[in-house]
Amino acid sequence: MEPDWIAGLIGGLMIGGAAALFLLLNGRIMGASGILGGLLDGTGRSNNAERLAFIAGLIAMPALLVAVGLGQVAQPVAGLGLTVLAGLLVGIGTRLGNGCTSGHGVCGISRLSLRGIVATLVFLVSGTVAVLILRLLGMVA
Amino acid sequence: MMRLIFAAMSGALFGAGLLVSGMTDPAKVQGWLDVFGDWDPTLGFVMAGAILPMAVAWRIAARRAVAFTGRALPTPPNPVIDRNLVTGAVLFGLGWGIAGLCPGPAMASLGFGGLPFAVFFLSMAAGMILFGLWNRR
Repeated sequence: MEPDWIAGLIGGLMIGGAAALFLLLNGRIMGASGILGGLLDGTGRSNNAERLAFIAGLIAMPALLVAVGLGQVAQPVAGLGLTVLAGLLVGIGTRLGNGCTSGHGVCGISRLSLRGIVATLVFLVSGTVAVLILRLLGMVA
Repeated sequence: MMRLIFAAMSGALFGAGLLVSGMTDPAKVQGWLDVFGDWDPTLGFVMAGAILPMAVAWRIAARRAVAFTGRALPTPPNPVIDRNLVTGAVLFGLGWGIAGLCPGPAMASLGFGGLPFAVFFLSMAAGMILFGLWNRR
């Protein structure tokens, strides 16, 4: 197994490549929360099929890779109650803040968008604070 | 039709990248955020690797009037930093740190992660729908 950072870099290039394809071919910003959120709350009604196609590929490909032994199944880190809380925070937060790691972090920073840069710095800090609190409570392995 | 095929291709490549990079592993994501504990720098390489091709893509896009399928390209970024952006990012980061999952990996894990990952996805979807209802008022 190659060192983690090489896998991280290769995987990162694939993520950025996917975002580049979506921008140059379809003229769209690849933000995971925006693509799903617009589908769920009805604001993306004019291009629901495109959103569904993207999500179908996003779910099917990793499942296929894991099925043929090319990827590892990971374990959750939070119990069920915290998982529900975290999911709600991520769902509400990404819609209120208009983006997540892919939209603000990858697509925003790469075009030097001030909103993307600020949002990314803020969620990196609040994520670090959350893990620090969990660590102080003895809930991080 | 071509747009749907390209969307599925982008989604598939995104999903493969998330799996390969370790973003679908909550322990790895928490490790990246565990700055005051057992810090794992891997996700920095993921971010750098992802920003690089996208920075090139924005340069190409800047020279074009429309995308290759003829659709308009995104308008220039909005420079306004408002309270919603910051509050939303704070809430998102807290959830990201607690579960080690963000929206892309949450969807990418649905096909193989099992029940805990499905619970995260459903809670996230519920949060998005609740926000949509609240926002519409």
